[in-house]
Amino acid sequence: MNVRTIRTIWLRELHSYVNSPNAWVIAAIFLGLTGLSFALSVTGRYPEATIRGFLFGPIGPIGAFFLTILIAPALTMRLLAEEQKLGTMELLLTAPVRDIEIVFGKYLAALTILTGMYALTLYFPILLFFFGSPDVIPLITGYFVLFLVGAVAIAVGMLGSALTANQIVAAIFSLAILLVLWLFNATAALGDPDHAWTDVVTFLAMNEHVRDMAFGVFDTRDIIYFLSLVVFFLFLTVRAVETRRWR
Amino acid sequence: MIEARGLTKFYGDFPAIEDVSFAAEPGEVIGFLGPNGAGKTTTMRIITGFTPPTAGTAVVAGHDVQEEPLDARASIGYLPETVPLYTDMTVREYLHYMGELRGMNKSRIRARVEDVFGLCRLEEYTDSLVSKLSKGYRQRVGIAQAILHEPPVLVLDEPTIGIDPRQVVETRQIIRGLGGDHTVILSTHILPEVSMVCDRVLIIHEGRIVVMDTAERLSARLGGVSRVVMDVRGPREQIQQALSRVDGVTEVTLSDAGGRQQFVVECAPSRDIRVELARAVADQGWGLVELRAMGLSLEEIFLRLTTEDEETAA
Repeated sequence: MNVRTIRTIWLRELHSYVNSPNAWVIAAIFLGLTGLSFALSVTGRYPEATIRGFLFGPIGPIGAFFLTILIAPALTMRLLAEEQKLGTMELLLTAPVRDIEIVFGKYLAALTILTGMYALTLYFPILLFFFGSPDVIPLITGYFVLFLVGAVAIAVGMLGSALTANQIVAAIFSLAILLVLWLFNATAALGDPDHAWTDVVTFLAMNEHVRDMAFGVFDTRDIIYFLSLVVFFLFLTVRAVETRRWR
Repeated sequence: MIEARGLTKFYGDFPAIEDVSFAAEPGEVIGFLGPNGAGKTTTMRIITGFTPPTAGTAVVAGHDVQEEPLDARASIGYLPETVPLYTDMTVREYLHYMGELRGMNKSRIRARVEDVFGLCRLEEYTDSLVSKLSKGYRQRVGIAQAILHEPPVLVLDEPTIGIDPRQVVETRQIIRGLGGDHTVILSTHILPEVSMVCDRVLIIHEGRIVVMDTAERLSARLGGVSRVVMDVRGPREQIQQALSRVDGVTEVTLSDAGGRQQFVVECAPSRDIRVELARAVADQGWGLVELRAMGLSLEEIFLRLTTEDEETAA
């Protein structure tokens, strides 16, 4: 892999994000809603000096985790689908560039933007320190697992964008996969609790793997779970880009 | 510089091209001529490494397109049929991006971008957004990105399609100027374009190479008058018989177009018998209103070439 090529594509995509209203609108929605979640969680009847309200959301699922799943497809849908629509994919695939470098460059650009949005919420923990005395470890592990969820969501979004030239189809496809991944364990409640499949389904669900770290427990199994998903979806994305050559 | 051996590409059961082989020498401009769907774009996509062939190999600047894809692609500048431009970039940004993707260093990019602005006459639009450019200028930006990294091989798919006549002339001049430094493959379905721009012509029809020859020899081979349309006043049957008797005429057909008496005279190719035809009419005192030679259309050339080949094969 050529780092320079990845950097070139990464910079180009960052430039494109910053110069289009799309990412700014998404950031505004994300910051507004997570801000509301955080405010409600620290001002309610049982206020607590944590970011769990921000992560999970005090009302319904509208916290940073779930919002990530909603906004990631909107951030990524353009990345590869538009290249196909404009015909620039033909240019990229005939440039002396590897398919994996294209995928990595674009992946890192979207992840950079998402991480930037996360960084803009860092005033929540700062406020906690200002008005209370929060535990430091859950703050760190909480943000870390949020980043991991974001990394998976962007990888899934890349796959959706690689499969079609239509951005809307790409976004809906990615959203569907992410919702299934996130809520998989809900189906377990419907089945026989002793059945082996119940364990499998529970294990595969993302929200089973965020809980420990959100409460400050650092578990390498969870990290490996998230990283495996990232690798898996990026691998499929590279494959999907390759098949573009056959069509 | 370019060597294609037995290139074959199937889309499902449909053969887009079959057993296409040719070679291009350094500095040569080769024209792919053929109707839409003949397999020109498929052949070019295989050479540029965009599409893998079902069978056969393509070697560009000493690198096999499939075995050493990055080296092969680095030696090619490619203008696809739909000019691939990022509409949110200015011309300058776009060219810089393409230069970086091809691994050129910053100072070389800066120098070359200025060069191609001049070569492709883009000076006035260097900082315009690509989305604001007219079709002709977009085409030039497409050519500019193809020659930016000074590749030994240029592949241009329909470089003059959809732009206005003045720009077509300018684009042809640009391409003509590129031969010598670059080996150029371009595709077109415009017959005169090939003889204007190309050293050699490669005619593709239904996925196969029908003819590969120099432009001059091809036009000589197909040249001469082969069909003459005559508008003659006088007795039909007698005129028809008189025309048929002229040496070299193979067939005379009559068509009444708009009340006029038109004779379509088919004659052996590479013989001009217009003078004899005119004399045959004049000697009888009939009124010759019009006499006009009809060139062969591209389709007829294909027809002629394909049947010609079958005849020699048989």
